Order: sequence, then structure tokens, then C-alpha cells
Amino acid sequence: MRRRWRWLLPVAALPVLALLAYGFRLDPRDIPSPLVGRPAAAFALTAFDGTPMTFEALRGKVVIVNFWASWCNPACYEEAPVLERAWRTYRDRGVVVVGVDMQDTPEAAQAFIRRFELTFPNAPDTGGKVAVEYGVYGVPETFFVDREGKIRAKHVGAVTDDVIRGTLQRML
Amino acid sequence: MIPELGAGALVVALVLALLGAVAAATGARTGRPALVESAQHAALAVVGLLTGCLALLIYAFLTFDFSVRYVATNTNLGTPFYYRITAVWGALEGSIVLWAWMLSVFTLVVILRHRRNARELYPWVLTVMLAVMSFFLLVMTVPAPVFARLTPVPADGRGLNPLLEDSGMITHPVALYLGFTGFTVPFAFAIAALVTGRVNDFWITTTRRWTITAWYFLSLGLLIGGWWSYHVLGWGGYWAWDPVENAAFMPWLTGTALLHSVMIQERRRMLRLWNLALVILTFSLTLFGTFLTRSGVIASVHAFTQGSIGVFFLSFLSLVVLVALALLAWRWDALAAQGELDSVVSRESAFLLNNVLLVAATFTVFFGTVFPLLSEAVRGVKVSVGMPFFNQVNVPLFLGLIFLMGVGPLIAWRRASLDNLKRNFVWPTTIGIAAAALVWALGVRSTLAVVTLALTAFVTATIALDLTRATRARVRMGEAIPRALGGLLLRHNRRYGGFVVHLGILVIALGVTGSQAWSVQTETTLRRGEHAELAGYKVRFDGLAASEESNHFKVTGTFTVDGGPSAGTVLLPAKKFYPQQQSPIAYVAYRLGLLEDLYVVLGDFTRDGSQATIKLQVNRLVSWIWIGGLVLTLGTALAVAPERRRTA
Repeated sequence: MRRRWRWLLPVAALPVLALLAYGFRLDPRDIPSPLVGRPAAAFALTAFDGTPMTFEALRGKVVIVNFWASWCNPACYEEAPVLERAWRTYRDRGVVVVGVDMQDTPEAAQAFIRRFELTFPNAPDTGGKVAVEYGVYGVPETFFVDREGKIRAKHVGAVTDDVIRGTLQRML
Repeated sequence: MIPELGAGALVVALVLALLGAVAAATGARTGRPALVESAQHAALAVVGLLTGCLALLIYAFLTFDFSVRYVATNTNLGTPFYYRITAVWGALEGSIVLWAWMLSVFTLVVILRHRRNARELYPWVLTVMLAVMSFFLLVMTVPAPVFARLTPVPADGRGLNPLLEDSGMITHPVALYLGFTGFTVPFAFAIAALVTGRVNDFWITTTRRWTITAWYFLSLGLLIGGWWSYHVLGWGGYWAWDPVENAAFMPWLTGTALLHSVMIQERRRMLRLWNLALVILTFSLTLFGTFLTRSGVIASVHAFTQGSIGVFFLSFLSLVVLVALALLAWRWDALAAQGELDSVVSRESAFLLNNVLLVAATFTVFFGTVFPLLSEAVRGVKVSVGMPFFNQVNVPLFLGLIFLMGVGPLIAWRRASLDNLKRNFVWPTTIGIAAAALVWALGVRSTLAVVTLALTAFVTATIALDLTRATRARVRMGEAIPRALGGLLLRHNRRYGGFVVHLGILVIALGVTGSQAWSVQTETTLRRGEHAELAGYKVRFDGLAASEESNHFKVTGTFTVDGGPSAGTVLLPAKKFYPQQQSPIAYVAYRLGLLEDLYVVLGDFTRDGSQATIKLQVNRLVSWIWIGGLVLTLGTALAVAPERRRTA
């Protein structure tokens, strides 16, 4: 009898290993933000090209607010083409991408915009006020705001095409 | 050039390690020493290649080679020379390089030391070492390629995480990884013993020094980590039961259990199965720790960045656990204990109880660490258990362990007679009770402090009693006291080394208790020229100054201790603003003392420098924790020193 029971030894480890494997199904970047479900904070910035970039003007559209910086390598470098692609793909469907550049120098930021040929509006967050209102921990962070002006999702780290597609699917 | 060279060398090393593992195993099974010999050559080549890779990586950091993505992410032109070397292991990929390199060096030592003295086990030991190495090389090649090329090459890098710009970061990971990797050797011997069926005591006696050394470095790593946390993070503490800390603490607990239980096997032929299980558990926990800190499954303040690496680690961990436990089940019959427990009042049972407490502590820490995962799996909500849980459960366990620290070394083997108990414990118990009464009379009302102090006095008294008795015996033989004492320490170095380690742990326990029970703090806003007062200290705010450092901007406050103890001391806490960091980083100013540390953290301030908020702490007995670490070091050195029992 004892001879057979001993094989329970390795079997006993299985539930623990399974629990750890279950952890992969969770997204550690999915830090619950208290802001999700709340109205997004309004902002009024001036884009690098001099045009005003205000939250009010974007009412009624789905807005992707992306916080970035030119020194944020590699994450911001990885997601810049993704954001540009999203902007070009979804702009006809009422989606706007706006970039908020934080803690940066204007020269470096503009070089970044030229390098990735970004065409969506980008503005410097002078004094970091907008970042504070959105509770940004670090760059990059991306907020998805729905047509009613409520924050529906937050993504920490570089966004991917899949994240954008998946999130917008729920919102459009 | 460097990216291709490094990546190429790693692939070659991976292939060699795999081939070597297979060759060693085949050689062992078919009894062909030539194959084992060739595995040995492969292992030596891997050592060379990994050393080359590490050197190459250091070179890339020193020369700011931003074509290597890892260099660009973890350094920038402003990173000082010193931190460019520590940056090598400052993040995920590089930490694996350091790990694998240490493992390769240990493999080299195993080859040099045990090639001849562990004949039957040796090929299998080599197999396991090379297999583990292959895994780490695989990680370095696929999910965490340290030599990945970055195109286009940026003009400047991102820079090291500023919190890692500290001298503690050069030693903390090194010590910790020496501990982690060190446990691979006992594990390899255990597996070799199981595979060959030579599950007698040979593997235990052979790996004793390895286990102690690995345990020591793990202890050192934990202590340096605590020191880093204390003087860098600025919250005045040294331990927070963070998942990453727990990850290093769990193998320490099981390793400690192992150090004690092997003595029972050596002496009484008991616990064979248990000891093998403990080695397997300890090694698995080192892997689990790495998995935890690098997979991102459980959020933690010091977690590395994540990636697919978690899947690799969990797969390997599963392989190790399942294969090792299956081997254990397979050899079950051969592992039946020969000795039996004669009495509950005996040294065996004291050691057994020590093991039960240590393993219980391991399980509670494990449970608390994976609790968020468990709660999400079962109830769908992420809930963490915090410090209160860990403290409440573990404090009684640790107090029990301290008590056993006094009982275990003195109580008789097999069955302790009433006489034996009287002879050894009447005095220490009296001293313990007297100590409790004394601290109570001195006004200490914290139960925890009274109990810890009483237990400490009790254990110290047992050690003193044993030492006096043994010295006196030698003096009666005609030796002078210093000579008798010295000879005792040298000839029974295992026993007395253990005692010294116990003293070190006691000193640490006092430090922990003191800092918990008697530290005080205050937070206050001061105008220039005003004073803050705490526990007899008067601290004056003299002003703020801004300065531009090589890679950050710094605002330093000047505070003068203007009365009370250590008057005249100037403290310069600062806030450092790094361009790549969202929030500023505190630079703590402190004055360490034997009894208390004065600890100042600069908070908010007005731009004109007329006002500043500070957190002022007087932390009691914290220095004892670090002193305990030194005592621990001495004790370990004594315990691993070559035995000289039969000389002179």
C-alpha cells in the first residue's frame, strides 16, 4: 500500500505549479486605476506645431491619450509606430490619438516626432500638470477615453496593435 | 560587433552545455569514463565562454556601446564609472548573465574538488550542473537576449534605475546570487545520490561546506538587501515582506533547516528522505524566487521587467520539482530511516522541532506571497496580505526557534535524563528569567521585547555555560585559559562555529526587536533657523542648496544637530531629480550609532528654500543587525575551516 502512495509525492506539487501557471493569465501591467470609469480630466495644451490641443475640442470622439517622453527608450520607441498606425486606421471612425510629452526638452521631443513621422497632435505637458491629473506613474502610459468623456481603460507600458484593437472594439 | 560576438558565444556555450550534460549522463550509465571526460572539457569551455561574455558585457558598459540594447537601457553618458559596472547586473538580462557565470565557476570548483573524491556520484553531479547551466544559457539566448542589438544606435542611453546607484547594489546581488547558485551543488549531489541509489550519508558529508557557504551568502545577501532598503529607500525600515524579499528568504529558511537536519543524519542515520526533500525544496525555492522576481506574476516594488521569461522559468521549475520528487518516490524504500526517535526529550527531537518550525515559516511565507494569486484564482479579486499577517504568524515561530537554539546544542542525544536537563538548563533558565525581570524593572513593557531579551539571555547563557565547562576541562589538563579556549575553537570548529553563528542571529534578533519596539519618528515642516525635536535631539534647518550632478539634479538640505547627543553633526539629506524618473528620489542622511541612529529624510520644500518638511526618525538598535551580520561571518568562517581534531 505504501509503495503506491509514495507517487503522490510528485503529484502533490501539481496544484502549486498550476496556480503559478495561472498567474500568466493575469496581466501584471493591469494595475487597477481608480480613474477607470471616471470622467477624464480636461486639459488645454499647445501642440508642438503651435495649434491648441484641448480636451473640450475632442468631445464626442474616442480619445487615446498617450503619455510619452523622448528619453523613454525602448518602450516609447516601440509604441510610436503603433500609435501612428492606430491614428491612421481609426481616425475616420471617430478616434483621435493625442500625445502628451512629459519631462522633456522641446528639441529632443520634436526630433522624436520627426523620427517617427508622427502626424497626430502632440503637446508638451509643461509643469507636468496633466500627468499628475491622470495619475501617471511613468512613461509610457495610455488612457482610452470614450465618447462621453469617461476613462474606459488604462494601459501601462508600450501599447501594441492588439491592445489598441481589443480596447477600441469595446468602445466603438 | 559586440552584440554578434556575445550572442554567438552564448549559442556555442548552450550547445556545449547540452552536449556535455548528455555525454556525462551517457558516460555514467554505460560506464565510459571517456564520455565523462569529454563532458568535463565541455564544462570547462562553457566556463571560458561565459567568462568571456561577462567581460564583453562589462566592456560594452564601460565604453558606452549603445548598439547593445541592454547597455542603452541601463546606462547613459552621465552614469558614473562605478555604477556602469554594477549596471551590468542591474536589470533582468544581465542578472541572468551574472547568475550563469557564477554557476559556471561553481561547476569548475566541483570539477576540481570532486572529480576524484566523488567517483560514482561525480558524472551525475556534472550532468545536473550542466543541465541547470543549459537552462540559464537558453534563457540568455531566447527570452532574455542580453546581447540583442539596438538599431538605430541611440546617441545616449536611458540610464540606470537611480535607486540602484548605491554601493549596496554591487554586493547585494552578488552575495544573493552566490547563495542561490551555491545551492545548485548540494542539489546536484542529491540528485546524483538518488539516481545512483547511493543514498547513504556520503552526499551529505561531501556537500556540507557547500551548503554552509551557500547559506552564508544567502544570509549576507539578505542583510545587505536590508541595509540597502534602510539607507536608500528612506522609509526607515529594512524588511517589508515584499514578494522579492520573501523569494530570497524562503530558501534561506529551508537551507537553515537543512543545515540542522543533516547533523541528525550524520549522527543517527535518520531523516534521509527528509534531507533529500529539503535540498530539493531549497533549490526549487531559489528557482521559484527567480521566477517570481522576473515573471511579473506577482507585483512587487523591486520586480524586474517582464517578458516570456516567466514561462521558461516555470517550465524549468516544474521539470525540476517533478523529476526530483519522482526520483524520491522511486528510491522510497532505500530511504527508510535506520535510526529511530527514542524520546521526545532529546537532541534529535529538538532538531526535528527546529525543522518543523522552519518549514512552517517557509509555508506561511510562501502562502502569504502567492496569496494574491490564490485569491484571484478562487474569488476573482486581487488581495494581498500585508506585513501584519507575516509578522503575526512568523514572530512566534522565530521565538520558538531562538528557544531551541539554546536547547538543541546542549540537550543529550537519544534521551535526556533529568540530570542532564538540570546540569545544562537550570542556570540558563534562571538567567533568562532574571533578564526578563530586569528589563521589566527597567520599564520595558513590550511583551515581545521582554520575551526576546529573556530568550536571548537564556541562549547566550547556554553557550557561555558550554564554553566555560569545556575550557575548564582543558585547564584541568594543564593548559592556560587562552590556549584552552583557542584550541577548543579550532578543534571543535564545527560546534563552536555554529555557536558563533547562533550569537550572530541573536544579535540580529535584538536589533530587529529594538528597532520595532523603541524607534520613534516625527514629521514636521520647518522654516529656516527653526528646530525639530525628537527623543532629545534638536535639529536645526539651515537652508537648501541646489546642484547639478553628472546625471541628475539635486536639492540638498542642511540640518545641524544643535543640542542633545551628537551635537554639532551636520546632516545633508537631499532629493535627487532624474530626468528618466517620474518622482524624485530621496537621499537619506543619517548618523549611525551603536544604540540609535538619527535618520533624516527631506520631503517637500518651497522653491525659495525658506521652508522644508522633514521626516525625522530615531531608530533604535538597528546597527546591531549589521553587527550581527559580522558575527555571522566569523561563525561561518570558523565552521567551514578545515577540521583539526586529531592534530597536536
